[in-house]
Amino acid sequence: MTHQLDIQDLHVSYGSIRALRGVTFHIDEGQTVSLIGANGAGKSTTLNAVSGLLKPVGGRIRFRGQDITGWRADRVSALGLVQVPEGRQIIATMTVHENLIIGAHLQRTANTETLLDQIYGRFPRLSERHNQRAGLLSGGEQQMLAVGRALMMQPDLLMLDEPSMGLSPMLVNEVFDLLRDIKGQGISILVVEQNARKALQIADYAYVLERGVIAREGSAAQLREDPHILAAYLG
Amino acid sequence: MDTLIQQGINAISLGAIYSLFALGYAMVFSILGVLNLAHSAIFMLGAFFGLIAIDQWSLPLWLAFPIAMLGAGLVSVGLELVAFRPLRRRNAARISQLISSIGAAILIVNITQLIFRQIYNSTEAYLPRDLIPSDPIVIESLGLRVQPVRMLIVVIALVLMVLLQYLVNRVRIGQHMRAVAFNQRIAALFGINVSRIFIFTFFLAGVLGGAAGMFYGVVFLNVTPFIGEDVALIGLTAIVLGGMGSIPGAVLGGFLVAGLQIFSIVIGGSSFRNAVVFLLLFIILLIRPQGLLGQPESTRA
Ligand SMILES: Nc1ncnc2c1ncn2[C@@H]1O[C@H](COP(=O)(O)OP(=O)(O)OP(=O)(O)O)[C@@H](O)[C@H]1O
Ligand SMILES: [Mg+2]
Repeated sequence: MTHQLDIQDLHVSYGSIRALRGVTFHIDEGQTVSLIGANGAGKSTTLNAVSGLLKPVGGRIRFRGQDITGWRADRVSALGLVQVPEGRQIIATMTVHENLIIGAHLQRTANTETLLDQIYGRFPRLSERHNQRAGLLSGGEQQMLAVGRALMMQPDLLMLDEPSMGLSPMLVNEVFDLLRDIKGQGISILVVEQNARKALQIADYAYVLERGVIAREGSAAQLREDPHILAAYLG
Repeated sequence: MDTLIQQGINAISLGAIYSLFALGYAMVFSILGVLNLAHSAIFMLGAFFGLIAIDQWSLPLWLAFPIAMLGAGLVSVGLELVAFRPLRRRNAARISQLISSIGAAILIVNITQLIFRQIYNSTEAYLPRDLIPSDPIVIESLGLRVQPVRMLIVVIALVLMVLLQYLVNRVRIGQHMRAVAFNQRIAALFGINVSRIFIFTFFLAGVLGGAAGMFYGVVFLNVTPFIGEDVALIGLTAIVLGGMGSIPGAVLGGFLVAGLQIFSIVIGGSSFRNAVVFLLLFIILLIRPQGLLGQPESTRA
């Protein structure tokens, strides 16, 4: 059976620093998978290699059976594999509206207006500020915009890098509610989180990354009970 | 008073040329974060292609313009492919890219010099006077003499600037340019083909620089492989004055520098005009490094 995303023996280096040293994992259609790990474990590196921002030095990345190893980021996103990068990456010099439509226009389907209505319906604060420069939004609003932008690209697999970072507890809950909604629509999710407790609540399956290798894996329920995980990531 | 108005009109046509030229610098800088110092060679090529089209191929002015612009645009794309992209792919430092562009400028000027020798047996050529309507329009009541070609240049330059502004703000590819200028990685995640945007930006910059060069040749009726050197410092001063990478800033800067030059000629004679430009550059760098229309804290080197 082919997995939706299948990563085998992935190696990524920054010059002489070997950030990923043989990472293997997969995601099935509709599944929500969480990647947890300490600072510097290689979580962002993994997502960036999948989305095409980094070129792996070894290993294979397959999406629905198609080998996409080393593809350019714009081609990867055109397949429906969309990343929300670390740290609310939006285009601060453009308006909220422009941020939302720019990605949608490059996607295969053309019902931009309907999608836009849906996004504005879900994020009324973005709707109110649609003509404002995105850089003027609050941190939480920028995170909503980053997710909204990704949804406008109609992902089949949404990858989020620490979506709750730096948000107040209320906004963290809001982000995870949103992820639950997205999951309900049948979109697969790969979510990287420091907040392992939250991540393990919504994930079906999780992998633990330690210094560039997968150290542990299991269903979210299993990992929630794992004494090692409890000690290291659930505080 | 009359001469003041007269000089004002001269400053406007010169400013239009400088602004077009500076726009190319600014556009490439905004997406690359590096100055393309070969842009002055592109300017020269615009004048050179215009000369060849008019003088060698006997084409009318209205055909020579687009040929000069297109030719300069294509060479500018060549710069991106040969002088910049390979270095970027290897994560070369910005200073290496800057030096690479200086090398490219020298190469282009030298090649043009060779071609000049072949065709004209000299490194200087004159545009035929009769091909370009140069009888001044005389406005008796004001005592003004305006060359129609200068007016034409101002009109075309303004049209090009308005088109550029429209493209960057209202057309999808312009949006993509702004996205790439802000952050290439984010733009790529938005699904934008970043390499294509680089090529398109270099093309536009070359077209504008080529137009400026051709206009310069038409106004002074004289073309050499070295005219890029006349404007290199002026273009830099214009974008530093207006704000690096800012489109309205480049236009404003171009007109201000031209005004200052003409003013200094009126006051002290033409030998001072480049010294005055340099002095202006120095003063802006000291008191307002972000330029008139630039953002205070710059993220670029
Ligand atoms: N641009 C870079 N240049 C050099 N080394 C890097 C670069 N980016 C990351 N690294 C190194 O690669 C390793 C993995 O980094 P990565 O950003 O993937 O970690 P992470 O798990 O996302 O950490 P965090 O939770 O802090 O975001 C780290 O040792 C880091 O120092
Ligand atoms: Mg990270």
